[in-house]
Amino acid sequence: MTRHIHRPSRMNDARSRQHAGWWAFALHRISGVALALFLPLHFWALSQSLQGPDALEHFLRWTDRPLFKFAEWGLVCLLALHMTGGLRVLALEFLPWRDWQKTLLACSVGAAFVVGCAFALAL
Amino acid sequence: MSARLQTWLWIAQRGSAMVLAVCVSVHLVTMVIAVRGGLSAAEILARTQGQLAWLIFYSVFVVTVTVHAVVGLRAVLGETLGWRGWLRDLCLGAFALLLIIVGARAVLGVFGAGQ
Amino acid sequence: MSDLHVRIWRGDAEGGFSAYQVPRQESQTVLDVVTYVQRQLDATLAYRFACRVGMCGSCAMTVNGVARWTCRTHVSKVIDDQGALEIAPLNHLPIVRDLVTDMAPFFDQWAAASGQFSGAKTRHDDFATVPPDSPARRAIDAAIECIGCGVCYASCDTVAWNPAYLGPAALNRVWTLVQDARDTATLDHLRAVSGDAGCQACHTHVSCAERCPKNISPTVGIAGLKRALTKATLKGQL
Repeated sequence: MTRHIHRPSRMNDARSRQHAGWWAFALHRISGVALALFLPLHFWALSQSLQGPDALEHFLRWTDRPLFKFAEWGLVCLLALHMTGGLRVLALEFLPWRDWQKTLLACSVGAAFVVGCAFALAL
Repeated sequence: MSARLQTWLWIAQRGSAMVLAVCVSVHLVTMVIAVRGGLSAAEILARTQGQLAWLIFYSVFVVTVTVHAVVGLRAVLGETLGWRGWLRDLCLGAFALLLIIVGARAVLGVFGAGQ
Repeated sequence: MSDLHVRIWRGDAEGGFSAYQVPRQESQTVLDVVTYVQRQLDATLAYRFACRVGMCGSCAMTVNGVARWTCRTHVSKVIDDQGALEIAPLNHLPIVRDLVTDMAPFFDQWAAASGQFSGAKTRHDDFATVPPDSPARRAIDAAIECIGCGVCYASCDTVAWNPAYLGPAALNRVWTLVQDARDTATLDHLRAVSGDAGCQACHTHVSCAERCPKNISPTVGIAGLKRALTKATLKGQL
């Protein structure tokens, strides 16, 4: 079979991306990458406890500042978003589906919002 | 990498996602409870030290999140940076190893293995 | 009615937009606008159309940034407040000239995806009986009306980000074959749509379903392929 060489062609811009499915994807990808990069840091922080409770306590006190609190809250929101967005993807892929994708998206963003609020209130 | 292996990676990612949905739900609830009145090492360790259930839970969590994150990053690197091929997969393998090692240290730490 | 301010892509990939004034008319389609420019203003404008009634799939273009079939797209539906209309060739395909793209890469993917029917019967056999209300037949009904216009392929960002990706139309075609009770090559089809270039590459942007002029949802078919592929892989059939 002849494979045609792709000559440069035009690409989509933001105008073609103004719909719910694309926004759900964007949220899912951004939150996913951020969480993946945060993981080693998170594990490293908790592994301080191998040196005893004092080492972990020392680290936790070091993070006791507004910037870190805000980042923590942001990460919790991203985690909630990524989970609910992921459940949406699993539902789309593994459940026989009709026209409820937008409802699913609304549910997932709503659930993530609730978690974000709960964490902010508990802080 | 063969299409067969790529398919298995995809299945592993979706499978791990299903497990993670449970783990993350537990994690979110635990966090909301844990941050009340501020985070403290004593409070965290009092919950987890010597608790076999938490040890198993966090071990499963670390393994599934490693699989999930690495396969996810594989697609992102290919699509966003155009980085494909064996070197990308090798680097991701190294990242997976790092996550497993540091993750295991974290799990053992909160279980109280350092005492 | 005031004139339309139309910008049309001229040249190949290194080309640019040229501006034209086109009289506004009632019930005017985007294809009418392009035809007016070619017949009245600049006979060298290259564009492609055939049936003008939404059957042939040859007139798709990028209209104000969104891939559309131009013969069935009313100007009133797509112009902005200033009455501006931007018409470009379909995205993700090599530009031959002006509004004409080379559709070969698009159809090559249908072949690569094993989009061909293979059956066991000959002309001497009796007709196969497929119950019209069986779930498989209904799934095919929902996906079969594709006119091959390329709108989904041009709308899908995964096509741009992952050059080997088979794309929504080819995968939708394979889905109809996998559901076809008469097709005997199901595992071959699944093998052809597996891997990084296949159905698993779909990130459910749902852009294809959003834009398909025939209201097909390739995302549904691709999800079906993902499930069929997963099942076959777990059973060790592939």
